[in-house]
Amino acid sequence: MKFFKYALLASTLIFASCSDDDDNTPDPVNEEEVITTLTVTLDSGSDTVVMQYQDLDGDGPDAATVTVSGPLSANTSYDAAIVLLNETEDPAENINEEIEEEDLDHQFFYTVGSGLDANTSYVDLDSEGNPLGLNFVLNTGGASSGGLTITLRHEPNKPNTGLENAAGETDIEVTFDVTIE
Amino acid sequence: MIIRNSHLNSIGVQKTPMLFIFIILILFNNPILSQDCNSSLTLKVIDLHDSSVLQNASIFIKELDKNVKTNSNGEYVFKDLCNKEYFIEISHEECETIQTEVKIKNNTIKTIRMEHHLNELDEIIVKSNFKSKSKSVFENKVSKQTLEDYSNNSIADVLKTIPGVSTISTGSSIAKPQINGLHSSRVLLINNNVKMEDHEWGIDHAPSIDINSIEKISLIKGAGALKYGGSALGGVIISETLKTKLIDSLYGKLYSSASTNGKGGTITTDITKTNSKGWYTRLQGTFKRFGDYNTSNYIMSNTGLSERNFSLKTGLNRVDYGFEVYYSFFNNETGILRASHLVSAQDIFRGITSGIPLIIEDFTYDISAPKQKIKHNLAKFNFFKTTDLGKFNFQYDFQSNKRQEFDIRRGDDRNTPSIDLELTTHSLSLDFDSRFSNNLNLNLGIVGKYQKNFPDPETGVRRLIPDYEKYDLGAYSIFDYKLNPEWIIEGGLRYDYTYMDVFKYYKTSFWESRDYGEEFSDIIVEVLANQILTNPKLEFNNASATLGSKFLFDNNNTIFFNYSMSSRSPNPSELFSEGLHHASARIELGDLRFKPEVGHNFGFTYQKSNEKFSLIFNSFLNTIKDFIVIEPVEIMQTIRGSFSLWEYRQTDAKLFGADLNVDYKLNKHINLIHQSSVIKGTDTKLDNPLIDMPPANIKNEIVYFNSDLNNLSVSLQSEYTFKQNKYPDNNFEVYIPTTETYEYIDLSTPPKAYHLLNFNSRIDIHTDKNKSINLGLKINNLLNTTYKNYLNRLRLYTHDLGRNIILSIKYKL
Repeated sequence: MKFFKYALLASTLIFASCSDDDDNTPDPVNEEEVITTLTVTLDSGSDTVVMQYQDLDGDGPDAATVTVSGPLSANTSYDAAIVLLNETEDPAENINEEIEEEDLDHQFFYTVGSGLDANTSYVDLDSEGNPLGLNFVLNTGGASSGGLTITLRHEPNKPNTGLENAAGETDIEVTFDVTIE
Repeated sequence: MIIRNSHLNSIGVQKTPMLFIFIILILFNNPILSQDCNSSLTLKVIDLHDSSVLQNASIFIKELDKNVKTNSNGEYVFKDLCNKEYFIEISHEECETIQTEVKIKNNTIKTIRMEHHLNELDEIIVKSNFKSKSKSVFENKVSKQTLEDYSNNSIADVLKTIPGVSTISTGSSIAKPQINGLHSSRVLLINNNVKMEDHEWGIDHAPSIDINSIEKISLIKGAGALKYGGSALGGVIISETLKTKLIDSLYGKLYSSASTNGKGGTITTDITKTNSKGWYTRLQGTFKRFGDYNTSNYIMSNTGLSERNFSLKTGLNRVDYGFEVYYSFFNNETGILRASHLVSAQDIFRGITSGIPLIIEDFTYDISAPKQKIKHNLAKFNFFKTTDLGKFNFQYDFQSNKRQEFDIRRGDDRNTPSIDLELTTHSLSLDFDSRFSNNLNLNLGIVGKYQKNFPDPETGVRRLIPDYEKYDLGAYSIFDYKLNPEWIIEGGLRYDYTYMDVFKYYKTSFWESRDYGEEFSDIIVEVLANQILTNPKLEFNNASATLGSKFLFDNNNTIFFNYSMSSRSPNPSELFSEGLHHASARIELGDLRFKPEVGHNFGFTYQKSNEKFSLIFNSFLNTIKDFIVIEPVEIMQTIRGSFSLWEYRQTDAKLFGADLNVDYKLNKHINLIHQSSVIKGTDTKLDNPLIDMPPANIKNEIVYFNSDLNNLSVSLQSEYTFKQNKYPDNNFEVYIPTTETYEYIDLSTPPKAYHLLNFNSRIDIHTDKNKSINLGLKINNLLNTTYKNYLNRLRLYTHDLGRNIILSIKYKL
């Protein structure tokens, strides 16, 4: 097959005028839209709990790391703030800015799993007065445990009464195991 | 020696004006005059180019109302004729019909030379040649009329009129042909003797050909047509423009149509100038615009289409030499159903549960993301020369395919495509066609090709298809030998060498999970934070062969038998996929270790035809070793929820099937047509059905035609598609945290059977002897049936097209 190879390489000289220099290797692509990390900081004034979902290889085979820094206190009101990062870029890109710029096209939803005694309410609104949800309030009830699922929908129907009629596409859907003590 | 007869030439002008005809009239006059009607006429029909005799040519003598066929010497002797003028019409399957008047004087012998182009593979200027297509595989053709009827549609739609051919589609405008169950890289598409290089591997990548630029299209099932490539496990589609005649002429047409579904239409025009010295020029252009299509009861939002194409050919056509320059530009923008943009398992579940699109908006002509923008340039130059040895054809062609896919994106990337590929191909070929004797033909050729793929990194999305340069070298040799007038055998060999020089960034995590590090450490160029740049250099050697025979056991019955071995290198998508593929809503993983797949195809065709009845029965068995399939392997968790992870793997496959086409002439005006086909595909390693196999279907049509009523034609077609009961079960269960439930995601179950009625009619309005106006009315899905099509990949989220009324007007001059 050597012959073929050389014949081909020789023939490329004919074509070479059209092809770029081979020394230039292509540039890497850093995914711009990927959200690798979601961090929720819950602050009651006296107590801070941090929940984080981090998947640095995106749709690659490595599993995500999900951490919750500790239990929540019962019957407490927490101010919650969501931070979204793309950590494939260096320095990491804060995706919150894009979400805020396109607030009409985004909405977060919080689903309190059965077993967990808590409720949530929206804090921040989009420019038309509908919920956006980068900030929310989490009120805990009695001691319990269960899942807290945070969903971000892109281009949902707004206004809506919840996920059941929000439609749109899911950009984020992560669940944290939460304990209230 | 060829003598042109000017008064006969003018007859040709009125008929389909695309082919040139030479007719030789040799009249041997017997000096003894006779008044009795006991003269005879011996007609001999031969090929204009090589003087080979044309058997089975139909001869019609008007005065006798008699229709006969030439014998194996291309002759027919009429007896008991009077010494006067007779009007005769000579037609042959592959030729332009000739009408002429013959003056009989006693025993008259007349030779008719017909422009025979059974294999006018080299289209326009290269003269006819028998070996270009296959002699041992039945060649399916689409009539010119059908081609015109599909002016509004795509090339895949028109090919669907051939039994055994289906379309695999992504919505209503992106369709590709599937032959004997196989599609994409396994089907070669030849456009004016140039093999299309337009990212054809993708299931959502429709051929970049304007159906209106084509004047002739034929299809060869299986890999028998080695000249075009050895990788056609499914088949070869050959689209061409027609040859021009050697006359001074200017002709053209303007065709426009409007459809209710999509509220749009097509305008296409072409104009051809020829002269008697052999120079010709043809200019053609098409404009298509459609808004959102609708099903029987709702609008499919964002399914509009905009297309602007043109082509130009010019050249010189002499009997022994000539050249041609052909250029075509294809440019379209196609919307993809907005509601199909669902990728996580949870979203797919919502979409499937709904059954109709989750997003239905008001009708619009606007095309938004998700959408595709395609620009395809094709330029060809060829030169041919006929010498004593045979005919040489040299060709250079160039193609550039720019493919942009736009997804729903956020922020600054909103208007940036997610996929932006530019595929450039240069190809040089030399073909030699000789005729050693009247019975033996040999065709040799060599093809060299250079291809470069450039995925633009500005997309901000990791490259789906990597940067690569590909070099191909192929050589073929095909012969056919006529053992006797009834029996032809054909054989051929082809060898293809491929070398790929690739630059590919792997995700470090994927690279490690595949253990590529151990086997391929030598291809690493650079290690970055979370990616590895590699430089795979791949070589593939593919051999292919064909052996077949055509046997004519009487004038009405023909049998074709063909065996072919074909071999296909894995395509870039199969080798390098790694990550989320939006268009297929799944994470797809390829494998760098893949070997070529090798197919063995047996094809058998029985053809029967007489004046009232024609039947074509076709069957095949295709066994493919190392068949590359993609299938789901697991559910993967990402920040966007659960995703279905699909991996390519190599297995063995067996496909077999049969199709039937029967055309029965009930009387002078009514034709009954029946078509049916059935295909079965199995993964023989797992003993599982193959995915996306066309379900069995039956078409019955009644056609009324009356030449006395301005060529009025009215037809009603019934099309019944069965439910596909053989399918692989790729369904899975997924946990949905927001509802805390496990849901079953049914991606696999095919939709139920359906029946469609289609109506078609047209009538000529003659304005002038050389001009005609033709009006058409076509209604697809007459009953506005609601149905889903298994081979439409968006069927999970939407139904198929509702009723479509298409009005057309064609002006020819």
